[in-house]
Amino acid sequence: MYGNITIVEGPTEEHHDDPEKLAAFEAKIDRGEKIEPHDWMPREYRRQLIRMIEQHAHSEIIGALPEGTWITRAPGFKRKMALMAKVQDEVGHAQLLYSAAETLGKPREKMIEDLISGKSKYSNVFNYPAETWADTAVIAWLIDAAAIINQVTNSKGSYAPYCRALERICQEESFHLKYGYDNVVTLATGTPAQRESLQAALNRWWKPIMHFFGPPDKESVHTEKLVRWKVKMATNDDMRQQFFNQYVPKIWELGLTVPDPELRKDPVTGKWSYGDPDWDEFKRVINGDGPCNAERLAVRRTAEEMGRWVRQALARPQVEHYVAPLV
Amino acid sequence: MNATKDLLYRIADDCLIIAHRNSEWTGLGPLLEEDIAFSSIAQDKLGHALSLYRILHEEFGERDPDTIAFTRNEKDFTCCHFVELPNGEYDFSLMRHFLFDAAEFLRWTMLKNSSIASVAALAAKIQGETKYHVYHGRTWVIRLASAGNEESKARMQSALETCWPFALGMFEHGVDEQALIREGVFAGEDELKTQWEEFVRSTMVEAGLIIPEHDAAVLGGRKGYHTEHLQPLLDEMTVVFRTDPGAEW
Repeated sequence: MYGNITIVEGPTEEHHDDPEKLAAFEAKIDRGEKIEPHDWMPREYRRQLIRMIEQHAHSEIIGALPEGTWITRAPGFKRKMALMAKVQDEVGHAQLLYSAAETLGKPREKMIEDLISGKSKYSNVFNYPAETWADTAVIAWLIDAAAIINQVTNSKGSYAPYCRALERICQEESFHLKYGYDNVVTLATGTPAQRESLQAALNRWWKPIMHFFGPPDKESVHTEKLVRWKVKMATNDDMRQQFFNQYVPKIWELGLTVPDPELRKDPVTGKWSYGDPDWDEFKRVINGDGPCNAERLAVRRTAEEMGRWVRQALARPQVEHYVAPLV
Repeated sequence: MNATKDLLYRIADDCLIIAHRNSEWTGLGPLLEEDIAFSSIAQDKLGHALSLYRILHEEFGERDPDTIAFTRNEKDFTCCHFVELPNGEYDFSLMRHFLFDAAEFLRWTMLKNSSIASVAALAAKIQGETKYHVYHGRTWVIRLASAGNEESKARMQSALETCWPFALGMFEHGVDEQALIREGVFAGEDELKTQWEEFVRSTMVEAGLIIPEHDAAVLGGRKGYHTEHLQPLLDEMTVVFRTDPGAEW
């Protein structure tokens, strides 16, 4: 799972690429062709992609934590089994994504080091706690839904290993969505207490879900270059609108209330308007001051420290020459 | 309780509790690949427990699997102490996983010949799965003990010593071993233990690890006496289910 906000651009470095190579690279992207690891690429393209794929990978392993804590508490065999498999998928996504990022030259160890030192970011949404079982249902349905919108969009990008990883990830995420929806429907049609806990969970998660797609386009700075290079594939607002269109009617259908009195669809333009989800909070959380930032990183750090002896005991083979899989 | 029901409960409870423990590694493994492996093994074990509780429900008149797993009291569980112990570090978890799954693999191999048709059919399926569990555990134990460094070797030796008496407790007798053997349900814990020791010994020779010489098993689990770790595990496992056992979850 992954939020669009993690596509935060870093400061541009002063670097001049060979103009001929750059023109050939851009022509290739314009023709709709993909870039493979051994193709020439501008330095800035490589840098932004590493940053983006790495942050996506971090989001997957950190994202495994809030739901993972409910595996041991899941009610009944069916839910316990499904949640185990779902969270395992998320860890598997991290593995795929770290591998994709490694093709650009940054080793997994270095990426994880940057995660636990706080140098690199991950999706903001995982800095909130999953307080009840119903929270896990809302996460699996709506956060995964938001992630799918984001990832299907990004899978049309230009960097081939990332696209291949995303295609597989999206297939698995679509099962998560079904699991989440099934779980939500069970609670929505269950006992009054179950229904109440579901509504409370939705109330808690709505703001982080709005934040998930990143700030409104008018406040989100991104260069035209990343769009041209097909690194950034859709705007935050476009994806948020898509989410409203697909999921708000389903939420209403279940008799649940969206905790935003200003949320409505303009019958003429077809665009949704929504209340301010507190973008100041969003900025605070992304800068480390959310309810779970410290806890998430502490858990990850402890896991890394406890597992260090195992990694040290394994002879580290040279990073293998990347071979693109046959399609 | 009749001998067969007792046997099925023992195996199923072991699977349920070890599944729970293995699943606690999700998101915390020393490598992403090991997170994923422990989760896969946990999912298989949970499936094995469910299949056995189903047989108990459908053929032996016991309650449905969710009720069995999520509402029984601690003293009604007959898992061995080995599976109850907290995960500790990866060395302990890995060694436990290998020793436990070696026994499971051999147990299911023996159960393929069970006189109870549903158990024999289940064994044919599960034996194939546990083969991979053993393969995973064995590969890692040998790798860390014989091809790792001094620390990893010392850790694996120490883990083996910690695990050993608890591992021997897996073979604590059920209510009536002789009845199981006589009726062809299962060839018995003693036979299983003999095969297991031989199998484990060959792996430990390859790994360069020394099996403790003492033979003192930690017993009690099969009779409903448990470590202090089981009750908190059950409290956690059932915390949501207990809020409304009658509800659909």
